[in-house]
Amino acid sequence: MGGTSLFAPLLAAFCLAWPAGAVEVRVHHLTVEVPPPPILSELETRPEGLGADGARLGRDDNATTGRFLGQTYELEVSTVDVDGDIAAAARAALAETPFLIVDGPTEALLAIADLPEAQGALIFNVSEGDPALRDASCRANLLHTVPSTAMRTDALAQFLVLRRWDDLVLVEGEHAADAAYAAALERSLAKFGLRLSDRKTWAFDADMRRNANAEVPLFTQGFGDYDALLVADELGDFGRYLLYNTWEPRPVAGSEGLTAQTWAPVVEQWGAVQLQNRFTELADRGMEPVDWAAWAATRSIGEAVTRTGAADPAAIRAFLLSDAFELAGFKGRPLTFRAWNGQLRQPIPLVHPRALVASAPLEGFLHQRTELDTLGLDEPESACTAFR
Amino acid sequence: MLRACLIALCAVSPAAADEIWVSNEKDDTISVIDIETLEVVRTIPVGARPRGITFSKDHSVLYLCASDDDAVQVIDPETGEILHDLPSGEDPEQFVLHPDDRHLYIANEDDAITTVVDTETRRVVAQIDVGIEPEGMAVSPDGKIAITTSETTNMAHWIDTGTQQLFANTLVDSRPRHAEFVKEGSELWVSSEIGGTVTVFDVATQAEKAKIDFEVQGVHPDRVQPVGFEFANGDSHAFVALGPSNHVAVVNAETYEVEDYILVGRRVWHMEFNRDRSLLFTTNGVSGDVTVIDVAAREPVKTIKVGRFPWGAAFRPTD
Repeated sequence: MGGTSLFAPLLAAFCLAWPAGAVEVRVHHLTVEVPPPPILSELETRPEGLGADGARLGRDDNATTGRFLGQTYELEVSTVDVDGDIAAAARAALAETPFLIVDGPTEALLAIADLPEAQGALIFNVSEGDPALRDASCRANLLHTVPSTAMRTDALAQFLVLRRWDDLVLVEGEHAADAAYAAALERSLAKFGLRLSDRKTWAFDADMRRNANAEVPLFTQGFGDYDALLVADELGDFGRYLLYNTWEPRPVAGSEGLTAQTWAPVVEQWGAVQLQNRFTELADRGMEPVDWAAWAATRSIGEAVTRTGAADPAAIRAFLLSDAFELAGFKGRPLTFRAWNGQLRQPIPLVHPRALVASAPLEGFLHQRTELDTLGLDEPESACTAFR
Repeated sequence: MLRACLIALCAVSPAAADEIWVSNEKDDTISVIDIETLEVVRTIPVGARPRGITFSKDHSVLYLCASDDDAVQVIDPETGEILHDLPSGEDPEQFVLHPDDRHLYIANEDDAITTVVDTETRRVVAQIDVGIEPEGMAVSPDGKIAITTSETTNMAHWIDTGTQQLFANTLVDSRPRHAEFVKEGSELWVSSEIGGTVTVFDVATQAEKAKIDFEVQGVHPDRVQPVGFEFANGDSHAFVALGPSNHVAVVNAETYEVEDYILVGRRVWHMEFNRDRSLLFTTNGVSGDVTVIDVAAREPVKTIKVGRFPWGAAFRPTD
């Protein structure tokens, strides 16, 4: 039954630690810029400050708390082209601070994490969902505030189970990101006992004689009957034209339609409106997934500094991976890191552009540790050894 | 039943029985519950996103945080008429009336500020920088200390009401939501929603005295999220709303042990007693209703449908 701890020795130790002198924390946010391939629609543009704005908000949040504790927070922001000298950019950042937030692809993250200068540093991945980084390719100095793609597709699969949409078909694009997402979907469908009865590749070739949306009814006619159509189109190229154009009237989910996201501007429960408002005031736009992940990384550092009074990366890492850490991430429950691969546990919002549909883990999906571990790679599944 | 109908019909004239006033965050209304019939007898349109709700000491006016209107509205409880707005700073969420019956201490959620307003001159007396997302507000019975809790900074900020300056900042667990002084102002209780705890401070030293944990059978600890709480007669027991666990905990305020859990509506948020504290009314945000708890029996006795997302509740005697 509920009890009480008249003595909280751990906390007491921290209490003694905080007023003990000023603490200065510097965080660097590095964006590895990958030029976007061409897509059919030109409705959206990549906002200036994407990701870095989230880190800025996290810095501001930390600084407000720090003001009462004699702790100051600074943020440096830089970018490097994916074909540029990523190692040099990372070295320059690591010369200033051991706390590095990286928005970049797998190869860049691993190159940075493996630098001699990065040993003993603490790096946060805020954009790459690649499950390998939480699996065999994990690194002890690399934590992930962005969920793995497997966490997002598991969230979607739980929803499909809930709605009993268990007969599924898949349309996938030709990019590597589409293939990776499709692979994650396949894994999740198998994990939750769903059936993928057919799949087709959306290829741009000479057969495409009409508008993309005019092609869709014919393209999907051959699927026959099914419950929902999944789409793997991580670039946002053709997926948008599938909705309302399928031969059979069926819901669309995956990269378009019902999507499983790290974060979305429509999340407003659990006090999220306040975070959204603060972000919009700062950046003059809605908060995107990478903004949230960069905010969560910055806030995790701040929370650890606040609670421990320490600012060295080893102490911060140890605290983040301990049971004592929890982050109020505006997702309805406390967020913690998986001690076996450095992944931030978190609920996954299932959204459409105008509303939150559900938040995974959904009711009924149980786990002996926490329901949050029904999403993504669980401890026995992960081949990550760097954290042992 | 007939009586209830009659009361409903005489909506504008003063009702005979005492009332509980409930702010409905997503309906921009107040639901007025008749404590004798346990039915909603009036629904009053108010400003946008009403949350914090409290009466003046003589219950002649109601103060209401209309968060999205960036105002505190002053309402005539007899007529339901909005008399005027008070300046409140941006996004007022919760407030507390100083024992002098004149000054409101208001948490401005979007601005990291606590605003002090003089309800007579209708002017802002002071604005105090606090942590991010200030929410819980309390004033000590002697009026000397005001408390603001900040949800993202995770602190209780101690304000000297003489100077309107902070004199202490104490860390608590994640997302502190509500604060109350108890036992003649010797203790301060602060609930932490995401941390899942209530911290008890010794007011004289601002030192942590105890921390209360909760454990609801069949509910994962992450979902046990303490928010509002109120104290029974003599401060012997605290009733603590546990948010999405849909339970209210009964805590022995001497031993800090949890004695009972009472099942209520979904996402229970704040609560209010009737006159003799024999009944407790909890606002249940997600289910859009109020659970009436028999305090002696520690059992729910009735559910009353109110507006969408009921947030706060305030007691109004009608004699």
